[in-house]
Amino acid sequence: MPYSYYPGCSLHSTGTAYDKSVRAVFHALGEDLIELEDWNCCGATIYMSNQETVALAISARNLALAEKLGHDLVVPCSACFTVLNKTRRFMEEMPTLRAQVNEALSVANLHPEYSVRVRHPLEVLINDFGVERLAQAARRTLEGFKLACYYGCQILRPERAVGDDPEVPMVLDRLMEAFGAHTVDFPAKTRCCGGMLITTFRKVALDLIGEILEWAVRGGANAIVTVCPLCQINLELYQDRLGPRTAEKVRLPVLFFTQLVGLALGCSPEEVGLEHQVVRVPPEYVTPVEVGNHD
Amino acid sequence: MREKTVKYSSMLLNAQVSPGVLAKSERELREAFLEEVERIPGAERLHRCIQCGTCTGSCPVSYTMDISPRQVIALFRAGAIEQILRSRTIWVCASCYNCTVRCPSQIKITDLLYALKRLAMDRGIFPSKFPVYVLSETFAKMIKRYGRNHELGLIRSFYLRTQPLQLLRQSMVGLDLLKAGRMPLRPEKIRGQKELKAIIARAEQIERPQEPTGEKRGTDEVGYKAI
Repeated sequence: MPYSYYPGCSLHSTGTAYDKSVRAVFHALGEDLIELEDWNCCGATIYMSNQETVALAISARNLALAEKLGHDLVVPCSACFTVLNKTRRFMEEMPTLRAQVNEALSVANLHPEYSVRVRHPLEVLINDFGVERLAQAARRTLEGFKLACYYGCQILRPERAVGDDPEVPMVLDRLMEAFGAHTVDFPAKTRCCGGMLITTFRKVALDLIGEILEWAVRGGANAIVTVCPLCQINLELYQDRLGPRTAEKVRLPVLFFTQLVGLALGCSPEEVGLEHQVVRVPPEYVTPVEVGNHD
Repeated sequence: MREKTVKYSSMLLNAQVSPGVLAKSERELREAFLEEVERIPGAERLHRCIQCGTCTGSCPVSYTMDISPRQVIALFRAGAIEQILRSRTIWVCASCYNCTVRCPSQIKITDLLYALKRLAMDRGIFPSKFPVYVLSETFAKMIKRYGRNHELGLIRSFYLRTQPLQLLRQSMVGLDLLKAGRMPLRPEKIRGQKELKAIIARAEQIERPQEPTGEKRGTDEVGYKAI
């Protein structure tokens, strides 16, 4: 079954490793990922908190484009995922707003029905492929990794991407464990990384980031795995800019879950974009591909 | 659905929700806010707040707010929207939605804060060179021009307009990204740019039928500092 794919702006720049690894994972599983042609920015939370009708209209243009392809839309960025899903729900529940948004879209000859499902790749992997099948397809063990599984906010709240407990989700932990990785106790797994506050209220964001990193260190993790490009950037780039917020110096690689799934499925480090890490993954974490385990 | 909300907002407008009669400006703000509220699915549940404080306790940034999320609702009921609009609270919300999913009365607190933020933004109630406003304006311009966000361009013009001296510190972060091959220097432009611009223009017209009242400069009469 082919999937439509909405990378979003981050995956074309700072989150390029996420883009590469999502593609690599779907390719390894023998599925087509068709990038939405000429997609535009989803509007992110910045637009939504400014002009609502405009925000919904630009987001809805993407839904209209996806509808032409007809497949489920895979959206890896947590913010894009939330905005596109929220747009869909608003259009379903608010007839007046829908009429206004559709009027705006009609100037570009777009007339969406809002019938396309917006899905997060984590949920697609779990539900369409299943942990068992993924584990069977594994060609490399992840036993070198002691992971703090970080879910962040927006795949759990307000739209639930995965049918898991929004307070103590375990689905990513279980997926990583299925590939042989160790997962550590990590109470900050659904804490907020501050998102855009790193730009607008830097000190507040650094407080939040410091706290999450400290929990990961305290749990004994040697890497953090995440599902969102903004979380990834906040947790990776500010480790040596925290000042006195953390007792110890933090130096933890922060990976996208698809990079690890890709490695487990036998992709090379380059195929999953490991060269894009600012905090490098020590080579000994990545074990050689096992031969003969692939049918 | 919509009829129920309209009825609720007119009920709130006419009711004596605060001691004495609401001031004209408060009444006008209240009307504008309730109009915004009508555009959020389920937001009319606002009246179900039991003031338990779960929102404040769940909020990762409430420690840095001047009014807690619980107090926002209390102040709204007391007829003090103007005070909410002058608070730092509406800007520092990071959209983590913890309050929204935990609220026992299922109040969409994050979306309500968005509505208040839009109101404050619309009326120019924020300090001059306010980072949140500048970022949002710079971002909107970029989307109109390219259809996609160009992080380098966004951050550069944002810091130039708000804290030029911080540009250097921020450049170090940019350099890390550049070295890791994660910072494209040129923006991506979509082919349907004209189309998107037309959609935005039409939506803006629908959102604000009147012409906007010139450049927003901000005000000093708020209860917090810009940075």
